[in-house]
Amino acid sequence: MTLTSSPRLARPLDAPARTDAHRAARRRAALHWVAVHTTAIAAALFFLLPFVFVFLTSVMSDRQALTTDYWPQHWQWGNYVKVWQTPGFLTWWRNTLVYAVAGTVLTVVSSLPVAYALARFRFRGRNLALMAVISMMMLPPQVTVIPMYLFWAKQLHLTGTLWPLVIPMAFGDAFTIFLLRQFLLTIPREYTEAARVDGCGELRTLLRVILPMARPAIAAVALFQFFYCWNDYFGPQIYASENPGAWTLSYGLESFKGAHHTNWNLTMAATLLIMAPVIVLFFFAQKAFIEGVTLTGVKG
Amino acid sequence: MTTSPRPAAATARGAALRRKHRREAYRTLAFLSPWLIGFGFFFAYPLISTVYFSFMKYDGFTAPVFTGLKNWDYVFNHYPFFWQGLGNTLWLVVVMVALRVVFGLGIGLLITKVKSGAGFFRTAFYLPYLAPPVAATIAFAFLLNPGTGPVNHALAQLGLPQPGWFNDPSWSKPALTMLALWGIGDLMVIFLAALLDVPQEQYEAAELDGAGAFKKFRFVTVPHIAPIVVFAVVTGVIQTMQYYTQAIVAGKVASGVIGGSGQQFEPGYPRGSTWTLPQMVYNLGFQRFDTGSACVVALILFAISMAFTSLLLRRRAGFVTGED
Repeated sequence: MTLTSSPRLARPLDAPARTDAHRAARRRAALHWVAVHTTAIAAALFFLLPFVFVFLTSVMSDRQALTTDYWPQHWQWGNYVKVWQTPGFLTWWRNTLVYAVAGTVLTVVSSLPVAYALARFRFRGRNLALMAVISMMMLPPQVTVIPMYLFWAKQLHLTGTLWPLVIPMAFGDAFTIFLLRQFLLTIPREYTEAARVDGCGELRTLLRVILPMARPAIAAVALFQFFYCWNDYFGPQIYASENPGAWTLSYGLESFKGAHHTNWNLTMAATLLIMAPVIVLFFFAQKAFIEGVTLTGVKG
Repeated sequence: MTTSPRPAAATARGAALRRKHRREAYRTLAFLSPWLIGFGFFFAYPLISTVYFSFMKYDGFTAPVFTGLKNWDYVFNHYPFFWQGLGNTLWLVVVMVALRVVFGLGIGLLITKVKSGAGFFRTAFYLPYLAPPVAATIAFAFLLNPGTGPVNHALAQLGLPQPGWFNDPSWSKPALTMLALWGIGDLMVIFLAALLDVPQEQYEAAELDGAGAFKKFRFVTVPHIAPIVVFAVVTGVIQTMQYYTQAIVAGKVASGVIGGSGQQFEPGYPRGSTWTLPQMVYNLGFQRFDTGSACVVALILFAISMAFTSLLLRRRAGFVTGED
């Protein structure tokens, strides 16, 4: 980001003349600074206040959470322990982790060679394949869900488990393929050609040359996929809802609100507990993540 | 191997070439195979089945029976929620997408102007995007709770009217829109990157020509970011066609229904105002066990989404298929 001030204001420190024009320009610049930062702070309040209120409510007593007070009288950190000990919560946590980790690993492993082929190989129907990938990416999951549900339920009898969520991840994810391809296009061909001259096959080139260079993009798509699985509500609702032992946090959280009908404090504590891993992960991998978002919209 | 009357050397070369081509074809297939299987199995097969079931009466238990266009007639003319749901979806597509693009661009511009604490602001604006949709929706249902929520409490203290938000049919979609604007982080980052890509010299040149802030925006910024805006609008429309989790969770939490499996709740609470096409697929297929009609709605959803996807493929053809 270039945040250099506009050339009008660039003035040597020892400039002698403090003319009216200079003073007017300075005043305009100061007003501009104040206006911009006031707007930014107002916007930041809109984005951050919900987190603050959720947190403050999460440490209130049951009774106070039903009032319009916003500052906790007694900080009840025990609410978090209560949530953690709610029957099922630990199981949902584990299921979500299994879904997210297995889903992420399988997606990346199965999507990378596809993205590589779409970015580098010349073959008939390549553009058609790419359009098919984009169509899949844009497809609402509800369009195909009925036959898929019937397949998992009637043929394989696997509904009520995590399998229908995890297995499809081993067959490439359109969004991941698309994003990786966009990134691979930016790697100069000379690298892969040099590897070929050295006698590398395509697979070796992919693993030895491309993989290390594509690490930031892989990190970005892995994070996206992890968050997708972690946040997924529709999949678990369809395939896992019949067996509470296979629920994930997203699906369980809603029932949690139901079970603790009036307890907004516990519900908010649970809400923060499911947000926490995502936000912690983001702070560790901020750069990769932002690069990934940028890649979706801008690179090309 | 085919035998031909051509000279031996040429044949050998031709055979070698053919072998090479075949090897390359196998290699391509091998690299593409995970996705080819996925495409056939998770896209083509279910899509064809959906078309098939849309002409069948099928409850998921007894054998399907062919009924022609009966399901189509039911969805369009007799399913009490279809037109309302389509209307809601279109409302969300128009209002939510438009506001998200304008707001996302505004926040992106704001960041480029901020000179102190840009990192802090960028993170603050981005953070809500990461909140899991279910968690974010429950949090908003709490914040916008008409009786005890902090938002209405603040409005009351300012002497302003206090809407019923998720409990009032005329405020539920605006409440969902606020939730969508809160999670603007992805668009903000995309617009920010595009804005930072605009060549600085052009601003300086425009300034020399005496252009003010508005003219600089209109004649330098807009032309540069126009393709990104088109991209954001088209992907936004497709995403909004899939709008599901927030609408269903908001309805459930606000109506106070006990969550979990199998519990019926008033569809699209309050009074059908949060009802969307994807929810109809779930309602028809998994709650009413009317597989055929659910497939009809799924196909309508597919047709609309693909119409917009083709727009994306055409308008951004360079972006999508662009070579290095």
